[in-house]
Amino acid sequence: MGRVLLLIELKGGNDGLNTLVPYADPKYRELRGGIGVPRERVVQLDERVGLHEKLLPLMESWKAGDLAILQGVGYPYPNRSHFRSIEIWDTASASSQTLSEGWVAQAFNGTPIAKGIGVDCIVADTNALPSTGPSLRTIVMQDAENFLRQADTIGTSSGTGAGGNPALQHLLAVRHEINAAAAGLRDRLRSAPAPVEAYGQEFLLGRQLDLATRLLTAKVPVVAIKVALGGFDTHANQAPTHERLLSFLATNLATLRKNLIGAGLWKDVVVMTYSEFGRRARQNASAGTDHGTSAPHLVLGGGVKGGLHGIHPSLTDLQDGDLMHTVDFRNVFATLAQGCWGQSCDFGLRQPQRLGFLT
Amino acid sequence: MEAAAVFTAGISANLWSALPARAASAMGFDNARHLLSRTSFGVTPGEIRVVESQDFELAVDRLLADPRREAMTPVPAWIGLGPAEMRRRQQAAESERKQGADGKKLEVVRPVQEQGRELRNWWVEEMLVTDQPLVERMTLFWHGHFTSSLMKVRYPASLFRQNALFRREALGNYATLLKAVARDPAMLIYLDGMRSVARQPNENFARELLELFTLGEGHYGEADVKAAARSFTGWSVDRGTGQFTERAGQHDDGEKTFLGKTGRFGGDEVLAILLAHPRTAETVVEKLWREFVSLKPDTGEVRRLAALFRGSGYEIKPLMRALLLSPAFRDPAIRGALIKSPVDLIVGTVHVLGLPVPEKTGLVRMLQGLGQTPFDPPNVKGWAGGESWISTYTLLLRQQFLRRMIEATTVAPMEGGMQMANRPNRRADRREQLPAADGSTLQMMEPPRPVEGRSLRDAGHEARLGPTLAGADGPLLLRTLLPRQPLDGVNANGTAGAIVATALLDTTYQLK
Repeated sequence: MGRVLLLIELKGGNDGLNTLVPYADPKYRELRGGIGVPRERVVQLDERVGLHEKLLPLMESWKAGDLAILQGVGYPYPNRSHFRSIEIWDTASASSQTLSEGWVAQAFNGTPIAKGIGVDCIVADTNALPSTGPSLRTIVMQDAENFLRQADTIGTSSGTGAGGNPALQHLLAVRHEINAAAAGLRDRLRSAPAPVEAYGQEFLLGRQLDLATRLLTAKVPVVAIKVALGGFDTHANQAPTHERLLSFLATNLATLRKNLIGAGLWKDVVVMTYSEFGRRARQNASAGTDHGTSAPHLVLGGGVKGGLHGIHPSLTDLQDGDLMHTVDFRNVFATLAQGCWGQSCDFGLRQPQRLGFLT
Repeated sequence: MEAAAVFTAGISANLWSALPARAASAMGFDNARHLLSRTSFGVTPGEIRVVESQDFELAVDRLLADPRREAMTPVPAWIGLGPAEMRRRQQAAESERKQGADGKKLEVVRPVQEQGRELRNWWVEEMLVTDQPLVERMTLFWHGHFTSSLMKVRYPASLFRQNALFRREALGNYATLLKAVARDPAMLIYLDGMRSVARQPNENFARELLELFTLGEGHYGEADVKAAARSFTGWSVDRGTGQFTERAGQHDDGEKTFLGKTGRFGGDEVLAILLAHPRTAETVVEKLWREFVSLKPDTGEVRRLAALFRGSGYEIKPLMRALLLSPAFRDPAIRGALIKSPVDLIVGTVHVLGLPVPEKTGLVRMLQGLGQTPFDPPNVKGWAGGESWISTYTLLLRQQFLRRMIEATTVAPMEGGMQMANRPNRRADRREQLPAADGSTLQMMEPPRPVEGRSLRDAGHEARLGPTLAGADGPLLLRTLLPRQPLDGVNANGTAGAIVATALLDTTYQLK
């Protein structure tokens, strides 16, 4: 059934203009006088835009046609607070709306999924909001062995004694979920082979992708896995930090791709990056960038229609100094919900559009 | 069980002559445990002993008698700094920080983050040392009701002052509190009031004022939000002092129609209209019910208590008295019907075990992992609480925390007491240089070093009892630690240490 969505949260707000660089636009040089990526350090994708050279490891995927780059992803009335904006993304809400259920969970509301094993989503970082909701069973674990060990000690008694106490009933239900997930995962995870090609260790993302690869190769039937890379909040002296992050991201995504192709699973997985916002068009006085709005995002996978999608936001037509979004992120989510899980969900958009980045 | 204890204690009515004369009766152990577990953080046998011989009503009156209006813990030194000065210091630190070579930022103490850390530790300290835990519970309740978050406000002194306001009015008056909150600098920053001007009113505060602080959804329209927003324009924060200021030139003094009333309203008129509306009292009572009584407010009781609340001019003390004396609160069936919040679990367990924890950063990090960071509620609605405290992730983390606590009682204190994290200081989580807004990754705790030849494999099966629990026998320990029968089978004939260890790990320990 369907495809597994691997979500990669880029925490802190990734600078889109130095990720997918509009190198041919003279306005870019003006806005990014100090920290702009020089033309010779851009891997050109077409006559207007190109990837930061640190993303070179992604070119194999690009050439194979399984890397889609979605341009100008954002939402109206953008919020520039980290915690609020990531909440907007994670719950697919409008800017003025506070929702408590994550978008992945919303996609499954009303259509219970086959209870294959005791878990539907695995979160390897700490933010489980996208899959939080009654329709999905999410397990947060940074380390499989640690999770299994902890689950072993939590107790299993059926607890028939909850008698009319809803709080205790809830606790027992959650405990049962842990037991069920551990039972479903234990043998699969312990027998899952280590990834053929190892991931980097410089950031936690490496360890998380290792876990994700084991889950996928063990064919654990989850609908989504979530990992994260932090450190994108580059207010000052941005270039060295941002380059380290891009380099790590690209190298490890390339490794993931190789491992999954090797395992014959690449067509069953869709990888997507997202971030609470992009950054201001104009750099600040500290050789960094402040919180902005829309940004490009990457989608990879054997079932992905590669290439540039959507329209790059204009560098001249700015709103309060920020890029105007050209694609609403909820359309991206709706496309993924359909393409990965066959779920029709428009996330409150009045005029939802299906985007063409999945085959 | 308490029936047998009724009328047996030696407290006579004339001891309480200042209070209405009535036949005083000892409430008994289980009532005392229930009352204390809902109004403080963690209960010890000694504390129950003091209360069990008292009459329930008199005990409630005592709890409410003379609320502490200021914290016991000395205030941080920096609370007088204005925002402009803070910004200057923060920028100086940031520019020093970016000097590092090859993209690695230097580890520089950034004042906002450092003060935020000190502020959280300060409050956890106060919760642990206070002689009036009910006041801290109420302060935390108001913080969850009138949310403001350091992540957005980024000016810790203002959150300290807001916290002082919540404590001062913890059991004071809701009308006073509401009026002060509307002028509170942290709130004006958090909900963008300070940016709200006649030319461009910001609706953020007005919307939450109606939805969360007073009427609740469904009792107002969009036009009311707009009218309220216009009425508050001009209420702002002085950038030099960080204090409330009214900018008359920014105020929209035109005519507004708000909830059917028309006039050239300012903020105070809007608040007065809201306080005259019966929904305001109901909103507060419903929330207090879920906090103190049960997850399901009883509609009839809410209406009765709300009428009393409104009738008293929003005095909080008589409301709390009526709530704690309500038949629902005293119904034995609701013992153990609430889920402990992370603060209940962590502060309460440290208190019950009598553990010395001089450095609070590790406790705050656990609170963060479990979803209740003081001064950082997750969003404007505050902590959802109730069942949402328990997910597969937090339940495992809670068990892990409790095992660490048990181990901490069985091994010698590390330098400076119990060590919760491998690097229990502010620099602990910088490995990925996480953004300030990111809930930084939780560090798994390093095993404490064993002593007395005790193998770590055994640690966690048995707790060494401190003065708070020493001397209590098995059945007493169980009845103290758990609100109801243990679920997973506790051997009441085991050693006291083993009983405490298994009780803390029993699922029912998550209840209060």
